Amino acid sequence: MSTNKAIDTVAGGKAGVVGNYLDDRLHGASGVKKLLNKVFPDHWSFMLGEIALYSFIILLLSGTYLTLWFKPSMTEVVYNGSYMPLKGVKMSEAYASTLDISFDVRAGLLMRQIHHWAALFFVAAVSVHLLRVFFTGAFRKPREINWVIGTLLLVLAILEGFAGYSLPDDLLSGTGLRIAEGIVQAIPLLGTYVAMFLFGGEFPGNDFISRLYSIHILLVPGILLALVSAHLIIVFYQKHTQFPGAGRTESNVVGYRLYPIYMAKAGGFFFIVFGVTTLIAALVTINPIWLYGPYTPSQVTAGSQPDWYIGWLDGAVRLTPNWETNLLGHTISWNLLIPALIIPGIMFTALGVYPWIEAWVTGDKREHHLLDRPRNAPTRTGLGVMAISFYLMLWISGGNDIIATAFSLSINEITWSLRVLLFVVPPLSFVITKRACLGLQRRDRDKLLHGYETGRVLRLPHGEYIEVHAPVSDEERAVLLGKNDVAPLQLGSATDANGVANPKGKSGARRAKLSEWFYGDNVPVPSAAELEEAAHHLAHASHSEITSH
Amino acid sequence: MALSRRHPAAVFAVLAIALGTTGAAYAAVSASTAPKQVVKSATQVEQGKSLFLEGCSSCHGLAAQGSSDGPSLIGVGSAAVDFQVGSGRMPLAGPAVQAVSKPSQYSESEIAALAAYVASVGPGPAIPTQDMLKTDGADLALGGELFRTNCSQCHSVSGKGGALSEGRWAPNLMGADGKEMYEAMVTGPQNMPIFSDKTITVEEKQAIIRYLQELQKQESPGGAALGRLGPVTEGLFLFIVGLGALIVVAVWIGAKAK
Ligand code: HEC
Ligand code: HEC
Ligand code: HEM
Repeated sequence: MSTNKAIDTVAGGKAGVVGNYLDDRLHGASGVKKLLNKVFPDHWSFMLGEIALYSFIILLLSGTYLTLWFKPSMTEVVYNGSYMPLKGVKMSEAYASTLDISFDVRAGLLMRQIHHWAALFFVAAVSVHLLRVFFTGAFRKPREINWVIGTLLLVLAILEGFAGYSLPDDLLSGTGLRIAEGIVQAIPLLGTYVAMFLFGGEFPGNDFISRLYSIHILLVPGILLALVSAHLIIVFYQKHTQFPGAGRTESNVVGYRLYPIYMAKAGGFFFIVFGVTTLIAALVTINPIWLYGPYTPSQVTAGSQPDWYIGWLDGAVRLTPNWETNLLGHTISWNLLIPALIIPGIMFTALGVYPWIEAWVTGDKREHHLLDRPRNAPTRTGLGVMAISFYLMLWISGGNDIIATAFSLSINEITWSLRVLLFVVPPLSFVITKRACLGLQRRDRDKLLHGYETGRVLRLPHGEYIEVHAPVSDEERAVLLGKNDVAPLQLGSATDANGVANPKGKSGARRAKLSEWFYGDNVPVPSAAELEEAAHHLAHASHSEITSH
Repeated sequence: MALSRRHPAAVFAVLAIALGTTGAAYAAVSASTAPKQVVKSATQVEQGKSLFLEGCSSCHGLAAQGSSDGPSLIGVGSAAVDFQVGSGRMPLAGPAVQAVSKPSQYSESEIAALAAYVASVGPGPAIPTQDMLKTDGADLALGGELFRTNCSQCHSVSGKGGALSEGRWAPNLMGADGKEMYEAMVTGPQNMPIFSDKTITVEEKQAIIRYLQELQKQESPGGAALGRLGPVTEGLFLFIVGLGALIVVAVWIGAKAK
């Protein structure tokens, strides 16, 4: 175990001491040892999943504290706590107990704020983690299943957040629930029944908060926990991917052993995430429910917004024109169906099946443990940025009223502009991103062939100026050479060589076209011969530099 | 009502309202002070009229009857003038979706004179008296409920204001004083509805004012309030500060590892 020692000495200090102590005692258990010797690669973007994981743990802890005082009941009570502006107001027990947690329970407000900030962190970290997995191609074979689990986690995280946001029964959350009810009702044929079933009768009913409570503290967290475990076990089993670099191949993992270094680092990072969340929760208000007052159907407030991760759906609802059709006595509310069911349905389905779509288009069925640098998969990167920009347009529209007041704009003009931008910006982002990626690829190729520009300018004896180029470092060279070139599919054409129609030809040709679109513009890594030749040139160039001194 | 019963004295009573510091009821009750004020208001009305001809008549007409550039002011009352001119909305600089409030161009006595003049052309809601603005005994919780029922759909529950259609807006109320709030309710400027004493009684108006003043004073119990704009600023804060900080730490840890 000489390598283990080497790392230990690198880590040195206390971690090493504790490490050795445990090492001595755990020695016998070879299974554990194998586990602890597992290696994890190192890159900051691999910690995004960890942020999600740690926020989830913070959520479980702070949420448990809140359950000790929260009363999930719609029974009407008269508030008699210490927040004066609401004293004597009739409200549900759910809202009253949330006020109590905020003003009369020790550390209650801090815990509420930790819980809510952690929820925002959780969904944000999951989303950004997803983006990192997407843009690096980490979802490719053999990790498709984990990608699907991840998609489910994202959907559940959003649902869990919305359920929690709705529990306090304040004016803001009640307004959100009312919209949710409208969306459920918009489901053709079944809508009204489903809504009646969910709410136990007319909105808001008397049962909904207690039902939501079971969902929020039991059902969804249970499923989340199970899926997160499965997710991590699979990561562990399949080993983590790594970026290309010196000594990194498809069949090894270069990084730190799980124990002790990775564990120490991960543990430390947990406390940093916890610390940052607590600090923010202690200093910055979130969801000041006391301002909103209890939910009453007769009241509304300007600037009602959901938490950020629902914002894009709210924005989609705000953008959709007021379309309705009447079919056999049933009203079909396209104005809710499209933005709240069809668009997210398409987005999440596309997300979940993306690995298979890409594999089909590219015909790439190999296993991948080395990641793509985003520039090296320009079409994928373009599609990703396109999806982000689409999402962003919807998100901005969710805050259209706040933007209108903040920048003195007309809300109608904002809405109309966004309706146009929603269709213009995403394709534009695709084209721009793809071009930028190809540009970067060309630069990478140049670097390999001609070295990097040192910034030193020389004047040659005959008066010409040249910039001195130097070969890239070995590490960078390995990164650049790690690029994975895939040729577009060459599938049968519509007719074979003899001019006879090929039965599979048409779909094959279409697929080849897609594949060409995906890979066609690729700037290939220089071949060995080209590199050889270039190395020769470069040596010559630096030689001329020396002679010119 | 007091006015119509005392028809012959209507002119005096109207002038009394116009004074700018007394309400109709007050004027009727405190008969002893009324004549003195009337005498004072007579010259005030004169002064107001000349100020009006100079600064307002181009849009509101020579007799406040209105024109294509501005509505008739007959019957808007002294409260409307005090609100509009006191908040700098009037005189309007030019065509705009909504008059913006800015420092007033007129002194307090000039505003009172303008108010007196406009009140003299037709009776309307009067500027509230100090008594009407007393909120010590007002019911804070009731004020909150009334505010959420009648006002928050435009001004938002936190009183921070909100967007209306076509570029109009309901302003932030965190800088308004009690008199402005009262006057806004009784005159209903622009898109704001009029809340007469029948829909919201004087006591209820006081309760709303007390609630708003409480909001203005309230220190945010949970820390920085992020403008009290709700989930939009919370989300922005999360991404820019919160997630930003964690990613910086992650990059730092990643860099240290090398
Ligand atoms: C450039 C034209 C213009 C000038 C000058 C102007 N106003 Fe106005 N005024 C308007 C318009 C237009 C409105 C209606 C829109 C609004 O309320 O913003 C209005 C509304 C008002 C109202 C509210 C009426 C109501 O129904 O409540 C009052 C009171 C008023 N003006 C008083 C004045 C006074 C007093 C002056 C002079 C100091 C003045 N205005 C000068 C154009 C003008
Ligand atoms: C339909 C929307 C609407 C409702 C409801 C509404 N307001 Fe307004 N309010 C407005 C608009 C619009 C203005 C700005 C008028 C202007 O600029 O001329 C305003 C102005 C005000 C102002 C003046 C603020 C300033 O900066 O000078 C106050 C105070 C006010 N409102 C209080 C209230 C109160 C109290 C209620 C409830 C009893 C209420 N408003 C209900 C739309 C509304
Ligand atoms: C509850 C939410 C989630 C948690 C707690 C979580 C946690 C993690 C952790 C800790 C890792 C290893 C470190 C890393 O690569 O960042 C990981 C890897 C992975 N996650 Fe997630 N994740 C979540 C959601 C998602 C989502 C929404 C997706 C995509 C749809 C996803 C897809 C993946 C994939 C494919 C890997 C393997 C990456 C690789 O080996 O390079 N995860 N996850």
